[in-house]
Amino acid sequence: MFNKERWSEILEALNANRFRTLLTAFGVFWGILILVLLLALTNGLRKGVSADFGNFASNSMFIWGQSTSKPYKGLPKGRRVQLKIDDAAALREQVPELKIISPRNQLGGYQGANNVTRKEKTGAFSVSGDYPEFIEQEPMDITAGRFLSYSDIEEKRKIAVIGKDVVKGLFDYGEEPVGEYIEINGVNFMVVGVFQAANSNGNEEEEANTIFIPFTTFSQAFNRGDNVGFFALTAFDETSITELKPRIIEILKTQRTIHPDDERAVGNFDRAEAFGRITGLFDILTLVGYIVGGLILLSGVIGIINIMLIVVKERTKEIGVRRALGASPWNVRSQILQESMVLTLISGMFGIAVASGVIWVMNYALGPSGAVENFANPSVNVTVALVALGILIVAGLLAGLIPAVKATQIKPIDALRIE
Amino acid sequence: MIEIQNLHKSYQMGSNSLHVLKGIDFSVKEGELVSIMGSSGSGKSTLLNILGMLDEADEGSYDLDGVLIKNLNEKIAAQYRNKFLGFIFQSFNLINYKNALDNVSMPLYYQGVKRSERTDKAMHYLEKVGLAQWAHHLPSELSGGQKQRVAIARALASDPKVLLADEPTGALDTKTSYEVMELIQGINDEGKTILVVTHEPDIAEMTKRIVNLKDGRIIDDTLVNQVKASTHV
Repeated sequence: MFNKERWSEILEALNANRFRTLLTAFGVFWGILILVLLLALTNGLRKGVSADFGNFASNSMFIWGQSTSKPYKGLPKGRRVQLKIDDAAALREQVPELKIISPRNQLGGYQGANNVTRKEKTGAFSVSGDYPEFIEQEPMDITAGRFLSYSDIEEKRKIAVIGKDVVKGLFDYGEEPVGEYIEINGVNFMVVGVFQAANSNGNEEEEANTIFIPFTTFSQAFNRGDNVGFFALTAFDETSITELKPRIIEILKTQRTIHPDDERAVGNFDRAEAFGRITGLFDILTLVGYIVGGLILLSGVIGIINIMLIVVKERTKEIGVRRALGASPWNVRSQILQESMVLTLISGMFGIAVASGVIWVMNYALGPSGAVENFANPSVNVTVALVALGILIVAGLLAGLIPAVKATQIKPIDALRIE
Repeated sequence: MIEIQNLHKSYQMGSNSLHVLKGIDFSVKEGELVSIMGSSGSGKSTLLNILGMLDEADEGSYDLDGVLIKNLNEKIAAQYRNKFLGFIFQSFNLINYKNALDNVSMPLYYQGVKRSERTDKAMHYLEKVGLAQWAHHLPSELSGGQKQRVAIARALASDPKVLLADEPTGALDTKTSYEVMELIQGINDEGKTILVVTHEPDIAEMTKRIVNLKDGRIIDDTLVNQVKASTHV
């Protein structure tokens, strides 16, 4: 169908009115440019937010005690639920699908009062009592020294792993923090490690403001007994934490003597579910990108239809002549179709190319780490490019169809009569 | 070559029906040069359109070189036109963005002839009409007479059985008209059957037979002594 003759025919015809061809092509060029850019930007946003979200293992949840809303077994309603360290053992025993069970206790935090001092310097940091495997849930880079270990837990050592910003706040520039002592709420801890959040994009600051100390030390030093602030639970990859959630809550209710129907006593935050929601949000954004871009492209396509209709009208006589010379209706139709296809495809591919250029410049400007919060490396993958190409082919066919049919509706005799 | 019997054609003009051809019986033998004359509205163009398979008769039969032309769909009509007929129009109808050579080779393109062969053939016919050196010029760079010569070359390119010329000299001055007629006579002398629609008596005189149409009927069909156009030039 596509031979050299056809090509020269098509190019001749398109060349006959170059400026108009150019303007028409611009409509499609613009449409596909915006379509691809929208998808790329959505992609960038998705990547940015996922990176921000993604440090903590995604198949995880946090769970903590709240107040009971129902009396149960002689216990009143409104009772404060306090999770205990033996709940961890119960969960480990009854929910083998859980990969990591981290009991945690926290102190201080965002906008808290100054709680840490070293020599004449003080600072407000969040202090967290943790088990060594917590680092598997929230990956971090240890830049000096080490993280917590089980001997720290067993011996209740007064040691601390501190964040990058804690170093900045409590130490002079160039001072080596490992081996030094800091005072948390009046208790001395030796710094054994420094960490920074792994490839973080967003909440870097918050994370780097944390001090990790062994869970057992925390309980003893700050009088928590066998209390647990909350649990950070991560399931094995093959099991969804969301599916495990009802069982976990049930176990905790039994453990803590809570009415089985009490919905409020145990609070939780399901990261997997939240992550799913965000993924869903971006799926919708992508869809919106397709729809908006597609609609803009549609107006470009309508431009092509319009011009092709005018072309057909202008060339009615030429078409009549061609048919008198032996062009079959199919000859005429396919020529119009191919003209619009070529026009659409060339301008569309040009649009994709320019969009890729713009994306490249954007990435270049943003740098590898992404200077803008919640936004990282916008990109179009091969799928998007192929989908755009598919849309173009369909658009080109669509754009040519009506004019092509129109072209053959006129009888050759009527076409010839037009002066 | 052409056999027409009892041909009727009417056009629907709003609520009125316009009976244009009212029973035409007409035949043309191979090698004839026939002019169809008549005032405007006599039906001569309609007759030519039907002969050219651009239009279809309501009634009657049309036989072209032993092939009954009836109930053609557009595809077959296009094939027949391409194979059997060459058209020459009053307003030349060259494709303005194609050069003379490409215009001439168009019927061959629709026959599916290969490019090199097409160019050779088209060049041959351009030589025949004396325009070889204008082959790569666009129609806009040619004079009226030259355009019509290109159109004639194009009509000849597919080596059709019959040439149909609709007022071929209508847009030309007298001198150029005679030059074009001389060319047409030359082609006829080589054995090609040619039908010329005209309303100019001097042009009709240059054919071998004059058919007079009035109000959709043939009122006169006479063989004449051909005036050679070369005597006028």
